[in-house]
Amino acid sequence: MISANGLTKRYGDFTAVDGIDFEVARGESFGILGPNGAGKSTTMRMIAATLLRTSGDLTILGKDPSREGPAIRAHLGVVPQQDNNDAELTVRENLYVYGRYFGLPRSYLKPRIEELLAFAQLEDKRDTKIDALSGGMKRRLTIARGLINDPEILMLDEPTTGLDPQARHILWDRLFRLKEDGATLVVTTHHMDEAEQLCDRLVVMDRGHVVAEGTPASLIREYASKEVVEVRFGSDRNAEIAPLIADIGERAEILPDRILIYTEAGEESLQAIVARGFSPVTSLVRRSSLEDVFLRLTGRTLEDE
Amino acid sequence: MITQLIATSAAVEIAERRGTYPGAGVYAGRPHAVMQRAFIALKTSNMLAFLTGFVEPVLFLLAFGYGLGGLVGGIDAQGQDLSYAAFIAPALLASSAMNGAIFDSTYNVYFKMHYGRIYQGMLSTSLGPLDVALGEIGWAMLRGATYAVGFMSVTAVFGLVPTWWALLTIPAAVLIAFAFSAIGMAFTSYMTSFQQLNWLNFWLLPMFLFSGTFFPISSYPGWLQPVIEVTPLAQAVEMVRSIWFGQFDLGLAVNILYFVAISVVGASLTTRRLTALFLR
Repeated sequence: MISANGLTKRYGDFTAVDGIDFEVARGESFGILGPNGAGKSTTMRMIAATLLRTSGDLTILGKDPSREGPAIRAHLGVVPQQDNNDAELTVRENLYVYGRYFGLPRSYLKPRIEELLAFAQLEDKRDTKIDALSGGMKRRLTIARGLINDPEILMLDEPTTGLDPQARHILWDRLFRLKEDGATLVVTTHHMDEAEQLCDRLVVMDRGHVVAEGTPASLIREYASKEVVEVRFGSDRNAEIAPLIADIGERAEILPDRILIYTEAGEESLQAIVARGFSPVTSLVRRSSLEDVFLRLTGRTLEDE
Repeated sequence: MITQLIATSAAVEIAERRGTYPGAGVYAGRPHAVMQRAFIALKTSNMLAFLTGFVEPVLFLLAFGYGLGGLVGGIDAQGQDLSYAAFIAPALLASSAMNGAIFDSTYNVYFKMHYGRIYQGMLSTSLGPLDVALGEIGWAMLRGATYAVGFMSVTAVFGLVPTWWALLTIPAAVLIAFAFSAIGMAFTSYMTSFQQLNWLNFWLLPMFLFSGTFFPISSYPGWLQPVIEVTPLAQAVEMVRSIWFGQFDLGLAVNILYFVAISVVGASLTTRRLTALFLR
């Protein structure tokens, strides 16, 4: 459905997206993972036909976004990073007017709006103006709005960033339902848990490049070990102790606040550390995640910078 | 079912209907959807601001036409001896069309562009930049024209409408309002801070006072008259006043061409600017 080849966006001297390749198939939930400034949103906007590419090929449903913008956007539902609901209108009016932008008739929109209000759990808020909604409600409205034209591809740019945990879980539940229904989703995120929950396949982006591609599980298998031991000795002692325990796992990573030991068997490795006479202030054994993949690939954590 | 599984939905087909026409990259044939948004927003949020617009020209008519007019007495214009109120009434109609159009196409547009992110939302749909430009300009035009019609009813009550020809000033007001909102939106789209919008007042107030509104342009020294005459409100006042008194001549055709030209320039600059801001 989407195909990018050598896709590049330059702003003057700065290259935001540097020759990336990817394909998205129908019914797939595709993730773009990376820290802030990696080029995720720029890529999203190029797919959404609201930003022209500098070079490379990009087709969406067989169309070229630089020539057929409105025709491509007709097929898309867009959830931008920052909500841009219309503050002069109520919840219901927002959905109605947005549908009118797509040229949809009232007879189609009336039942559709009811469906979407139920989907977004905003039935009680239909006549409320936007300013009176909570952050989670605004986000759900933006997603409902993106579905008004029954789109073939739903584009979600950082869908849950800035929401409290409860609101995030409600939203994930809604998005997961869409995925189960077979929707094609394109999701950007810098939250690992979000990518693991929502994405069938993803690319990891860093500084405008794709640094890895695969399913969440295959990426973890390829770039991380099965388990991770996190130990903290206090920030001044971490660097000092790290070389003395690094050989216990397959690989070690030293962060300012903690040491990560990548290993197949976490508990045993932790015992090995203790057996060498080191007693960490805190320790944690956990399964590897995409966070570790990112750290391995870029040497930085996602929350950095 | 909330999403489409297999193929293009009926809704998507409607949304991309214009896809194959020439110009489909900038225009989807739906400026009316943008105007409908403005109408719903008016009902939900903006009614008070809208209603106050009717009052302003009436106040000027009372204060100047009847207050000051009592001191001025009659005035010799359009080849007739007119009361001062009758002289300024068509000019106030022209300027109320201008003011209504300018307000919506400048301050409101600036807000929607930079704070409300309304155009960003519109241009993520299958609307094109020309739809947004024409829709917003069209709405501002309606507002200006509505004020003109409202003001005309007031002047009729005061017995200031001389002939039935005056009804034709309504289409003239529509044209004036369209031109002013086109150029106003084009201007606004190039502004990068709210302070810059103050330039508007720098132009609007002098135009309102000196465009043949309150005294004939013939009172200026000879060299200044052509300079005044090419300014937009002077053109508008001249056009409305000659139609108002049923005087049709070649000058009217020039006025019409003048506003058509401004409209085309304003709408195309706006479209270009919206593309540069939101689709590049």
